[in-house]
Amino acid sequence: MKQVLAIARKEMLLEFKERHTFGGIVLFAVAAVFICYLGFHAIPNPNTWNALFWIMVLFSSFNSMSRSFQKEERGVLLYLYSLAPPGAIIIGKLIYNSCLTLVLTVITLLVYLTFMGRAALAEADIAQFISAALLGAIGLAGALTLISGIAAKTGNVFGMMAVLGFPVIIPMLVTVLRVSKNALDGIALTVNTQYFMVLLGLNLLVWVLSFLLFPYLWRD
Amino acid sequence: MTVLLFMYSLVGGLIIKIPDLDRLHQTLRNLFFHVPLWFAMIFVMLLSFIFSIRYLRSGGRGNDLWAVEAVNVGLLFGTLGFLTGSLWGNYAWGDISAWLINEPRSLAAIIAILFYVAYLILRSSIDEDQKRARVAAVYNIFAFALYLLFIIVIPRMVSSLHPGVGGNPGFNVYDSDNSLKIVLYPAWLSFTLLAFWLTHLRVRMRRLEDSNYDTI
Repeated sequence: MKQVLAIARKEMLLEFKERHTFGGIVLFAVAAVFICYLGFHAIPNPNTWNALFWIMVLFSSFNSMSRSFQKEERGVLLYLYSLAPPGAIIIGKLIYNSCLTLVLTVITLLVYLTFMGRAALAEADIAQFISAALLGAIGLAGALTLISGIAAKTGNVFGMMAVLGFPVIIPMLVTVLRVSKNALDGIALTVNTQYFMVLLGLNLLVWVLSFLLFPYLWRD
Repeated sequence: MTVLLFMYSLVGGLIIKIPDLDRLHQTLRNLFFHVPLWFAMIFVMLLSFIFSIRYLRSGGRGNDLWAVEAVNVGLLFGTLGFLTGSLWGNYAWGDISAWLINEPRSLAAIIAILFYVAYLILRSSIDEDQKRARVAAVYNIFAFALYLLFIIVIPRMVSSLHPGVGGNPGFNVYDSDNSLKIVLYPAWLSFTLLAFWLTHLRVRMRRLEDSNYDTI
């Protein structure tokens, strides 16, 4: 457990040392929202609002996850990692990546709200939407962490990650889109709960699978 | 034996007498091909999944070969299933693009094809044998688990025009005199066996290539 926290902390420290990379990702998200603003000006339709929001989050998280395993190629980090059990490594990375995606989602949401207006939120159930967004972010992080590990083994990270990552993301994305769209339409929690359960189940599945499969990946 | 069964289902599917129904007429014959194709694909993907797990646990080249060839065959069947499905959709619903709108089954079909094409791309991008097999096995397991969850859960959630889902009659309702079952059950069996046979043949082919390569 201590090792897990140590690894998560190490990732965070590394990130702070090179803050410009995180700034780059945030800039990407903000720029994307701004470009959409120029095209749309304001989106009153909840469907479109929702879909566009999740597309932004998806691409920003793809960008940030692809760097997750790229740093490993340097010798020092590899030595440090050989000291820790692979289970701890993956959980540490998952926790760190989830935090990263959560922060990214919140920032994107705020910028999005500012630019795209709140007309789409007229009948929305805010609590549901926020929990859907948080769960979705954690799920994205979970799925993409393992995929970025796989992609890192091939050497051609960003292209490979896109190829591998998109099919994996689609079930997650379909569920998240449905849940958040229901939340935006103001559908009662009793009806929406089944979709939340599916989202929760997907998150759990992805985390557990990553934890189980990572040791095999790491064996080099 | 497989050949006999396959010929039976192929010929029988096209010729056998079926109840003639409004709007469906002869397109019902698609049932004989489309459903077994899909089932065979899932069976073969399951095979690939099992062999990936076996490879990770005990690491034999045979396991890896089975996993890959199963995916290859599965992709073939999946594409055929998709094509038969959209062909049917064209005749039944009169519009070839109607199947893509909000239709979770065809979406799941496309995702399956995407997953396994990505798997093949992943394999082709790593050169060392052992590493390639290991990394690909990891992705296979990950992909299959997610895919299974997706096809089990999503159709329950979304309304669709696909027969047998969400209030549409699955075709067994029409089978009033059991005449459909005579061809359907053997067709199921024969397509599954065909898929397995193709995979087995390909594995043997690869093994022969391997031993040829070694002796050179």
